[in-house]
Amino acid sequence: MKRILTAYVIGAIFGLGISLSGMANPAKVLNFFDVAGTWDPSLAFVMGAALLVTFFGYRYVLGHNAGPILDKEFLVPTARDLDGKLLGGSALFGIGWGLSGFCPGGAIPALGTGQTDVILFVAAMIAGILAARMLMTFRRPPAPTQA
Amino acid sequence: METEFTPIASAIGGGLIGASAVLLMLTLGRIMGATGILAGLLTPASRADFLWRAAVVAGMITGPVIYLGLTGGFPAVQVPISTPQMLIGGFIVGMGVTYGSGCTSGHGVCGMARLSPRSIAATLTFMFACGVTVYATRHLIGA
Repeated sequence: MKRILTAYVIGAIFGLGISLSGMANPAKVLNFFDVAGTWDPSLAFVMGAALLVTFFGYRYVLGHNAGPILDKEFLVPTARDLDGKLLGGSALFGIGWGLSGFCPGGAIPALGTGQTDVILFVAAMIAGILAARMLMTFRRPPAPTQA
Repeated sequence: METEFTPIASAIGGGLIGASAVLLMLTLGRIMGATGILAGLLTPASRADFLWRAAVVAGMITGPVIYLGLTGGFPAVQVPISTPQMLIGGFIVGMGVTYGSGCTSGHGVCGMARLSPRSIAATLTFMFACGVTVYATRHLIGA
């Protein structure tokens, strides 16, 4: 119960941060990238502040504790190699982000406003996640079959 | 569609996003990545795994309601594009973040803060691709 309540409060801090920052607003997000048009540099301040807090916060948390308070261990990704899947996927995400103005972390909190466009985006995004998973499964080398 | 430059609100919002990432690492030892948390919710490893993910997502959705309580209005969600473009964009985002193992929060904030080479490369890639797409849709096609 403590874990669930903690997770909920942390999610709410994230959602409030997204709401204040403007990341839940596709018009604002798209304007950040539209340097040649209606440019709005606000999102640089979102990214800058978030990075600053996380950089020093992570250093403190990961440097001064053997593990998290409510779980067994810190689950931090260890992979370091760059591959086509990472870069191709990220390029694809960038295209979708540029078309819609929503990234997952902007859209999920925006669901709280109840606007239809957000619900449609999240539904399409979940369909995309499931489609990519199916494609990944199909493209795995097939197990040797017996004749 | 023009939007107002809001450096202070955006920096406070960014600070809260960072604070949530630090708190999630401190308490549950997890990366605050919207993609990873949502993807794990679709196919949870266990009941406990499902519950914390569902709680984070529920909290995220509460964000605009807290904002409403503080300011008297919901945060602006202005959509300057057509519904088909939103749906196509959403589908592509879903595919991209799955292949790319993360999005703006996971790679852009948490991974960059850890100076992960994968996250730095991913972030530079999606920021560039997003910029090119916005330029193409706003200034080349139908300009």
